[in-house]
Amino acid sequence: MNSMVDVLVIGGGVAGMEAAGQLARSGYSVILAEKEPLTGGHLKNWYHLFPDRRDGNEVGEYLDNLVKNKNIEIRNNTCITGITGRKGKFTATASDGQVVEAEAVIVATGFDLFDSRRKEEYGYGIYPNVITSADLEKMFRNGSVKLADGGVPARIGFIHCVGSRDEKVGNLYCSKLCCITAVKQAMEVHEKISGVKTFCFYMDMRMGGAYYEEIYREAQEKYGVSFIRGKVSEVSQGYNGRLVIKAEDTLAGRPLRMELDMVVLMAGMEMSDAGEILAGKSSLRRGENRFFSTADNHTASNRSNMKGVFYAGTCTAPMNITESISHARAAVTEVVSYLREKKQRDE
Amino acid sequence: MNEPDKKRIWSEYQKEIADDHYFYVRSCIRQSFFPGSEQFFLHLIRDILGKDIYENPSHTTCTGIGYHTDIVPFQTIMTVVARHFALMKESGYKNIAISCVTSFGIYTEIIETWKHFPEELEKTREYLLKATGREFDIPENMAHTSDIVYKFRNEIASKAKFRLVNKKTGEPLKVVEHIGCHYSKMFPKYGVGGAEFPKVLSGMIEAWGGEVIDYPERRHCCGFGFRQYIVQANRGYSLSNSVKKFESMKPFKPDFIITNCPGCNMFMDKWQYTIREMEGRTYGENGLSIPVLTYEEVAGLVLGMNPWELGLQYHMVQPEPLLDKMGVEYSKSDKFITKDGKPLPAPEKLINV
Ligand code: SF4
Repeated sequence: MNSMVDVLVIGGGVAGMEAAGQLARSGYSVILAEKEPLTGGHLKNWYHLFPDRRDGNEVGEYLDNLVKNKNIEIRNNTCITGITGRKGKFTATASDGQVVEAEAVIVATGFDLFDSRRKEEYGYGIYPNVITSADLEKMFRNGSVKLADGGVPARIGFIHCVGSRDEKVGNLYCSKLCCITAVKQAMEVHEKISGVKTFCFYMDMRMGGAYYEEIYREAQEKYGVSFIRGKVSEVSQGYNGRLVIKAEDTLAGRPLRMELDMVVLMAGMEMSDAGEILAGKSSLRRGENRFFSTADNHTASNRSNMKGVFYAGTCTAPMNITESISHARAAVTEVVSYLREKKQRDE
Repeated sequence: MNEPDKKRIWSEYQKEIADDHYFYVRSCIRQSFFPGSEQFFLHLIRDILGKDIYENPSHTTCTGIGYHTDIVPFQTIMTVVARHFALMKESGYKNIAISCVTSFGIYTEIIETWKHFPEELEKTREYLLKATGREFDIPENMAHTSDIVYKFRNEIASKAKFRLVNKKTGEPLKVVEHIGCHYSKMFPKYGVGGAEFPKVLSGMIEAWGGEVIDYPERRHCCGFGFRQYIVQANRGYSLSNSVKKFESMKPFKPDFIITNCPGCNMFMDKWQYTIREMEGRTYGENGLSIPVLTYEEVAGLVLGMNPWELGLQYHMVQPEPLLDKMGVEYSKSDKFITKDGKPLPAPEKLINV
């Protein structure tokens, strides 16, 4: 199947949907290629969003409505594996043999959550009550936070920076969202389980977004979440089946050992596999953090090293939903200018 | 615990272990304190498994303990290790089999240093040549001797006379495995199963019918820690580390401890005596202490060796309760005699007897 459109958007997550929707509103024909059976990306699995704790579905609905546009053809189960460009036309191939031709391309391949099993010392996949932040969101969506044996946890620990700021796993960067996610999730478990005790083990609390600091404060004042500055070195299981963690409380200057019922790993963001595949079969450049590198950090954060190929969202760096949407809109502005200039030149 | 995922971690750290023609380097501690282990290892490899293993009489200490106590500089220890490699080259071997976790840690550290800083390798070549006129090659394959026993664990199981099973109850024996920090904590890729859920000893235990205990302080140091013990003023620190470990494993009721490293074996064995003397505390069942065995000793018992020929009586914690559980027969009168039947002086304060 060979198709020709104005713009191919690769990736149907938040940034890809926003970019496709805005382009379609401006009258451009778009193919939105999503490797999964459904669009929506990671947002589909998220319960409440920070800082206002609104239901993630509301943003999902906004995006679904945005892409319901006659100018957009959504192609699910389509994994674009390579792009080549010639004479201002790009040819993209998918793993199932589909070929799409487009005047311009927006890459919105997003991120993958760090596979927490790689931090072997935390025992994810081995101890059933060690879960990830994404697993906890699923529990929230299903209405209850339960231990593997169906019991209710009385003590829950949140380990920050799992797979981020960690030389051992090769990720030096901060994933930006996991601190605030931990704060939000700790508050939410208090709302679901009365009398629960929660502990966040952090290196620094990075509360860099609007209203983040406020909810961090609320977590302490209203919910009594304990914040302990220090990394957890290992998780194991005691004779009574409870998890035992070892950490260092760097403010008190003491090693610490604690029994918990549940440990939540705040998994970081990594360049997605889909992005990796695309990078391997195109000339798109990547940075040391393995995300796509933009033409200019400040003035061209949507441009790639291939003229006519643009970036939107977390395929370039960790971003929250607000930033992903803004970045996608900025990508659309770039594409529109590029296509106009191209048209003028062609005429 | 989720076994499939644990197995996945193990399967990610599969190291290549040569299957014949080993150049053997001994351990200072093992030769002095429980020489039966090395003796049995050579017998196992040569006579039971039919492999070729060679030791060169000019081989010396690796100087690891001196290095870890800041007495031997890094350049010196690199040259000592290079000399061992030179002996191996001269003897026509390419696969090194290292009988001590401290040495193994030293070898891995040095080989990694040479990989990352080739100028250090060149300097070492020069030092060795100047000092001894020798030249060396880096081994093609480097295994700790427990890696080799691990490799042949199923052959050993197929020849087993006893299994790690309580004869009376039919239940698997509960075993604490302790790999020793220097086996894979520094370079997980050099250890079977990596550093967090290592397989080297647990693989043997499972193959021979036992059950491995996962207890909270499983990864904790045995207490030796070189300076913690060797600097006399720090010995309380060494002891308190061991106490922490014993307290953590006690509720799981281990039948015995299997160790990888001679230092760990000594400390987990002898500190049990010390703690019992100081505080009257013991960590085994019914007021007994937990026997601490090397992997060769365990392999030897499984293969039906006479426990006194293996040298089990030279540990502080005596093995009889374990032998009884396994159904191993032993003679009380032969315990402290030489091979030709002469009496040996019996230690006074053995425990578990
Ligand atoms: S946001 Fe917080 S938890 Fe996430 S990587 Fe940065 S410092 Fe760590």
